[in-house]
Amino acid sequence: MKSKLKSAYQAIGLPRLIISAFFLIVLIMAGVYNIGIPALLGDVLRRWGMYGVLVLAMVPAIQCGIGPNFGISLGIVCGLFSSLIAIELNIAALPCFASTPVLGQWCSMLFAMVLGALIAWFVGVAYGLLLNRVKGSEMTVSTYVGLSIIAFMNILWVTLPFKSGDIKWPIGGEGARNTISLENSFGELLNKTGGFYLIGSEESGGLFIPTGLLVFFFLMCLLIYLFMRSKTGKAMTAAGANPNFARASGINVDKMRILGTAVSTSLGAVGIITYAQAFGFLQMYNAPLMMGFHCVAAILIGGASISKARISHVIIGTFLFQGLLVIALPVANKVLVGTDLSDIMRMIISNGIIIYALTKAKGGTASNEE
Amino acid sequence: MKNKNNLGESLNNAMRSLWNNKVVVMFVVLCVFGIATSGKSVSHTVTEVFTRFGRNAFLVLALIIPVLAGLGLNFGIVVGAIAAQIAIFWVVSWGFTGVTGLLMCVLICTPLAILFGWLVGKLYNKTKGSEMITGMILAYFADGLYQFLFLFLIGGVIPVNNPTLIINGGVGVKNTIDLTGNIKYALDTISMLSIIQVLYIILAVITAAKLISRLVKKRELHLKSLLLRFAAATVVFALTFVPAVQTFLGQDRLLLLNAVELACLGAALFAVYLLLKGMVGEKKPFAQCYKRPVALAIVAGIVYALTYVTAIFQILIAVSLPVCTYLLIAVICFFNRWILSTKLGQDMRTVGQSRTVANSAGINVDKTRIIATCISTVLASWGQLIYLQNLGTFQTYGAHSMVGQYAIASLLVGGASVQKANNKQAILGVVLFHTLFVVAPLSASNLFGSALIGEYFRVFICYGVIALSLAMHAWKVIAKKKEEKAQSDAAPAES
Repeated sequence: MKSKLKSAYQAIGLPRLIISAFFLIVLIMAGVYNIGIPALLGDVLRRWGMYGVLVLAMVPAIQCGIGPNFGISLGIVCGLFSSLIAIELNIAALPCFASTPVLGQWCSMLFAMVLGALIAWFVGVAYGLLLNRVKGSEMTVSTYVGLSIIAFMNILWVTLPFKSGDIKWPIGGEGARNTISLENSFGELLNKTGGFYLIGSEESGGLFIPTGLLVFFFLMCLLIYLFMRSKTGKAMTAAGANPNFARASGINVDKMRILGTAVSTSLGAVGIITYAQAFGFLQMYNAPLMMGFHCVAAILIGGASISKARISHVIIGTFLFQGLLVIALPVANKVLVGTDLSDIMRMIISNGIIIYALTKAKGGTASNEE
Repeated sequence: MKNKNNLGESLNNAMRSLWNNKVVVMFVVLCVFGIATSGKSVSHTVTEVFTRFGRNAFLVLALIIPVLAGLGLNFGIVVGAIAAQIAIFWVVSWGFTGVTGLLMCVLICTPLAILFGWLVGKLYNKTKGSEMITGMILAYFADGLYQFLFLFLIGGVIPVNNPTLIINGGVGVKNTIDLTGNIKYALDTISMLSIIQVLYIILAVITAAKLISRLVKKRELHLKSLLLRFAAATVVFALTFVPAVQTFLGQDRLLLLNAVELACLGAALFAVYLLLKGMVGEKKPFAQCYKRPVALAIVAGIVYALTYVTAIFQILIAVSLPVCTYLLIAVICFFNRWILSTKLGQDMRTVGQSRTVANSAGINVDKTRIIATCISTVLASWGQLIYLQNLGTFQTYGAHSMVGQYAIASLLVGGASVQKANNKQAILGVVLFHTLFVVAPLSASNLFGSALIGEYFRVFICYGVIALSLAMHAWKVIAKKKEEKAQSDAAPAES
C-alpha cells in the first residue's frame, strides 16, 4: 500500500499535487463564498482553450531539444502581424461575403492563421539556426530574444502605416492602438461556433461551453500528436533526447532542432490568434511580453520537465494553471476586498514552477550534448 | 620597407582591437549620432549623464564579483534591490530622516540582503550551469513575492498606521512614496567637510587601535611611520579650518570644473613625487626617471588648458558632482580590485575558471559561490539605496523591476562578457548606456517626430544587447569545446 502511494506520488509529482490541492481549495472556497460556480467553470473552459495552443507550442520545442521555448514571442508577434493584415484588408467584410458574414469571419481568421504560421515558419527557421549555434544556453538566449523582439515590434507597431479605423487611434496618437477590437473581423468566432449554455443562460451566469474553441484546441493537439508519432516526429524526439545516439543512427540533429523550433514558432502564431479571438481583442505592444513565461509554466505544471513533454502535459497543465487563476480571482476579491491578487499569484506560481523545474534539471541544460 | 611593415602591422592591430571591442565602438557611434541629432546642447546631455552615472554606477559595479566567480551575469541583483526597498519603506514609515534615515536603511537592508543572497546562492548551487536563466526567473518570482508583501501583508497582516504610505482602506502600500524631506539626497548632500572629519576620526581610531594592539602583543611599534601618517592627516585636517578652504569644503557638490582642476593638480603633484622618488629616493639620474612624470605633467597641463576652451568650459561649469556618492563609487571600484588580491578573491577566480580544478585544490566551491552571491546582493541593495535617495521618488512596484536588465545591459555595453568584467568596462558601459538613454527619445522625436519610437528603441537596445552578448558567449563556448575536442582527438592519433 505504502509503496503504491509512493509510486503514485512520484507519478504525479509534488508541484502538480500542490497546484491540484490549491485548485480544489479555491473551488470549495468559491462555493462557500457563494460565487456562481457554473459561470466560473465556463470561464475555466474558455481560458483552457484560449491558452491551450500557445502551451502546445512548447511540446515540439522541448522534444526537439531546445528546451522550453521562452522565445515564443517570436511566433506571437507573427500572429499579431498577420491578424493586423487581415483586419487591414478587411477580409471579413469583403463584398463576396455579404450574404454569409460568418463565412467572411472564418476566411478572415484562417487567412490570419495561415499567413501567421507561414511567416512564423521562416522566422522559426532563422531562430532555429541561431539556437543551434548556442547549444547549452538556449533558455537564456531565447528569453532575451523573446524580450527584444517584443521591444523591436513595438517600434514597428508605432510606425507601420495602417489605414483601418479598427487599428488606428480614433483621434491623435501614433501607430496602432493598445488593444484592437476584433468585433468586425473574427472576435469570439470559435467560441460561438457550436457554443451553448449547459446550465442556465447568459443572464443568470450559466456554464457556457465554447465548443468550437475546445474542438479546435483538441484538433491541434491531435495534429501535433500525430506529427510527433510520425517518422519525422520520432526522429525529432530522438534528436532531442539523445543527440549523440541520434547522430549515430543517421539523424540530422541540427535539422531536427530547426524543424522543432519552426513548428513551435508557427504554433505560437496560431496560438495567439486563438487567444485573441477568444478574448475578442488583439493585445499589442508589451502585452505578450511575459506570455512565454506563462506558457512554459503551464506545461511544467502539467508534469513536463525541461527536456521531456507530452500532449497530456499541455492539456492538464493549461487546465490547472488557468483554471486556478480564474477561480482564485473572485475568491481573492472576496477575501481581500478591492485588490487584484490574480496577477501576483500568476507571477509567483509561474515563476516558482519554472525555478523548481530548473533545480530538477540535471546538468542545467536541456540538451545533453557534450 | 620595414617602416611600411610596421605601419601595416599596427594598422592590423588597431583593426583587431576595434573588432574585439565592436560592441563598445558601435555604442560610441550610436551615442555620438544621438547627441548630434538630439537638438539639445551638449552640456544638457552631459549633466544628465553625470546625474545618472552617480545613480546607477554602484548597481553595475555590484555585478562584477559574480562574473569573476563564474556565476555569469547576476540577474538576481533585483533581490538585493528589493531588500533595500523593504528597508526604505520601514525607515520612512518610522519617520527617520536625513543621514540617520539612510544609516537606518543600511542597517536594515544589509542583513536582509545577506539572507537573500545566501538563499539565492543556495539556489544557484542547485542549478549550476544555468545560473543566468535561474536568476532571470528568480527576479520575476521575487517580484511576485515582493508585491504580495507590499499589497497584502503590509496593512493586511502587519498593521501599519500611516495614511501617507498606505492606500485608503488600510491594506497595501501606495504606488509612489515621496522621499522628499526624509531620505532624498541624504547621501548626496553630505559635505566634503564632514567626509574629511569622519575619515580623520576613523584614522585616529585605527592608529590608536594599531598602537594598542602592538603594545599588547609586544611587537615592534613602527612608531615613526604611524605618527608620520597621523601627523600628515592632522595637517590636512587643520587646513580645513582655514576659512577659504572651509567654505569650499562646506559644499556637498563639487563643480566638475573644480574636480578637473583638482585632478590636474593631483596629477602634477604626483608627477613631482615620482620624480623626487626616482632621483632622491632611488638615486637614479634624471635621464632615467623623467619619462613618466613628465608625460603625466604634460597630460595634466593639456587637460587643464582644455578647460579654457569655451565649449568645454561651459560643460564643466554646468555639471556638479555629489561628492560622497562619487567617492563611494570609487571605493567600490577599489573594493572590487582589492578582493582579487585576497585569498577569497583568488578562490573565486579559480572557481570561475573551473569548478573541478577548484574542488580538487581543496576550495569549498559551493561556499565560495554563495559568498560571491551574498556580496553582490548586498552591494546591489546599497546601490538601490543610492539610486532611490538620488531619484527622490520611490515607485513602490516598479523601482526594482528593471534594475537587473539596465545594470546588465550597461555592463555589456562597456565591453564586458559573461566571463570577463572589470571596473573600467562597468564605468564606460554606464556612461555609454545612459548617454543613449538620455538622447534616444530626443533624437527620435527630432528625426521621426515621435518620442515613443525612441523610448521603444532604448528598451530594444537594452534587451537586444543582452541577447546579443549571451548568444555570442554561448557561441564562443561551443567553438572552444569543439576546438578542444579536435585537439584531444588529434592527440592520440599523433602518439
